Amino acid sequence: MSIQTWTYILVGFTFSIYIGIAIWSRVKSTKEFYVAGGGVGAWANGMATAADWMSAASFISMAGIISFAGYDGAVFLMGWTGGYVLLALLLAPYLRKFGKFTIPEFIAERYYSQNARLVAVFCALIVSFTYVAGQMRGVGIVFSRFLEVDINTGVIIGMLIVLFYAVLGGMKGITYTQVAQYCVLIFAFMVPAIFISIQMTGNPIPQLGFGAQLSDGSSMYLLDKLDNLNIELGFNEYTENTKPMIDIFAITLALMVGTAGLPHVIVRFFTVKKVSDARKSAGIALLLIAILYTTAPAVAAFARTNLLETISTNSYDEIPQWFKKWEDTGLIKFNDLNEDGVINYSNDENNELYVDRDIMVLANPEIANLPNWVIALVAAGGLAAALSTAAGLLLVISASISHDLIKRVIYPKISEKGELIIARLSAFFAVCIAGYFGINPPGFVAAVVALAFGLAAASFFPAIVMGIFYKRMNREGATAGMIAGISIMLFYMLKFKFDFFGGGTEEDYWFGISPEGFGSVAMIFNFFVAYFVMMITPKTPKYIKKIVDNIRVPENE
Amino acid sequence: MTNTKYWKENVRYVLILLFFWFLFSFLFGIILKDFLNQFTVAGFKLGFWFAQQGSIYSFVLIIFIYVHLMNKLDKKYGFDK
Repeated sequence: MSIQTWTYILVGFTFSIYIGIAIWSRVKSTKEFYVAGGGVGAWANGMATAADWMSAASFISMAGIISFAGYDGAVFLMGWTGGYVLLALLLAPYLRKFGKFTIPEFIAERYYSQNARLVAVFCALIVSFTYVAGQMRGVGIVFSRFLEVDINTGVIIGMLIVLFYAVLGGMKGITYTQVAQYCVLIFAFMVPAIFISIQMTGNPIPQLGFGAQLSDGSSMYLLDKLDNLNIELGFNEYTENTKPMIDIFAITLALMVGTAGLPHVIVRFFTVKKVSDARKSAGIALLLIAILYTTAPAVAAFARTNLLETISTNSYDEIPQWFKKWEDTGLIKFNDLNEDGVINYSNDENNELYVDRDIMVLANPEIANLPNWVIALVAAGGLAAALSTAAGLLLVISASISHDLIKRVIYPKISEKGELIIARLSAFFAVCIAGYFGINPPGFVAAVVALAFGLAAASFFPAIVMGIFYKRMNREGATAGMIAGISIMLFYMLKFKFDFFGGGTEEDYWFGISPEGFGSVAMIFNFFVAYFVMMITPKTPKYIKKIVDNIRVPENE
Repeated sequence: MTNTKYWKENVRYVLILLFFWFLFSFLFGIILKDFLNQFTVAGFKLGFWFAQQGSIYSFVLIIFIYVHLMNKLDKKYGFDK
């Protein structure tokens, strides 16, 4: 069967599972809509969190980014996993004990302030909208590349599917579709990786094949070979850094803290039955994420070696079939500068090859000559990754509006039924806005995703951690800290990414830290401002200290 | 009073485990990378391995150790019902 037929079968099959789950899990109460009734088991929540977390970027782009960045790619690997340690140890169990629906709710009650709630709602909305736009775009791209439909049609199909189960089933529907989506995406990621690892090194475990000897008869270690190839073509050694170490440190920290502060991840821990389940499901989630995250750097190294060996300094006439197919999509471009018919790939002005990083995962099965059904599987996996993350984000947006704004601020008298209708309506509008940005992507998507992590690191993480671990932290301190953190983050991003406030280049970076890593500085700034403002303002009331005492232990006495 | 004791023990576990979190990622994977890259283990330069593999394994392990320690602590203070 052709790749297209296989893709239609696999995508159709997975989509009907998602729809089936949506119909089965319709909800009737706001508690079910926001937190799936609070009755999700540790394993189900772990799987849902893993799918929620691993987005189109993790599935499609990450291995490719690492492939080109070499050692520097570690910032994503460590940054997007290490945050779970912070979540499990510092946030998840206590937020579960607190037992409400949203993060702004926690901030508002712990800091006895509606203003703090509004600041938190503002952050949650910005962070989630930036993120969701990228996901819908991812859905469109997968559709267009594998099923040869228009990107916009792809986005609209994706919108309809998400709309169906998010509006109907709320968090409950999302949770159980995410469980299914995790299975699809991890299977789709691992199968090609295992095939390629066997082909190149004879070892079926990619994590080990990564460090093994090549089975091409040279008995050279894969990584040594890659270092050599990179140097020959004028690139940096694969296993060495190109960014300054202080920036690598800062980016890793910002991504970790940002991960722990992202509302769509935190809110998943509101859905489990008890505090000990919150800890356990954070561990399970990271274990399931680690399967993909330890495989991705192996895929990156395999793909890079394959690319350099099969393409570079080969004649264009003898190039394999897949090269020409992907040339049509514009993801690979060959520009024969010296007109000798040979592809010259190098890190200087003689370079004749442009390779989009996404191709490392999307075309990898074809490069390695894998069967058609494996190639189709990658499409289904990419869609699962994008849809699961989009759904989680939409729920945060909908809850922020219907619960935090309407129910708690604008119209507290609203009935349970009314709130549920508003929640569904806001999910509907959120999908439409996300779809709009998917069809008309702002040119600055990559920059704003870094901003999403920076903002989460600069606002939520410090406010929540101090709320739990530091009883003295008061309303004034926490609110001032959040505002200071967000402001400095926005300022730095606008200055260096968008040329506001006089702009600047790499030489002007503060402490040599790029905007991607600046979230860690903004977080520290938040802590300092919060502390100093706290010192000169009234103390935390007694009843708040009691709430904190209560959050700190698993059960009520 | 038991609640305060429970909390203190919890915070001690958290601090110790966060030390290892820092050690395996920021220290071995970033700060000491160049030094550790002198050594090759199973085909990997050691610093590179910590940055792209070892740190992630250690994160998983750290969370499960915490889960185990806290389940024991919950039992000790009767919070496990």
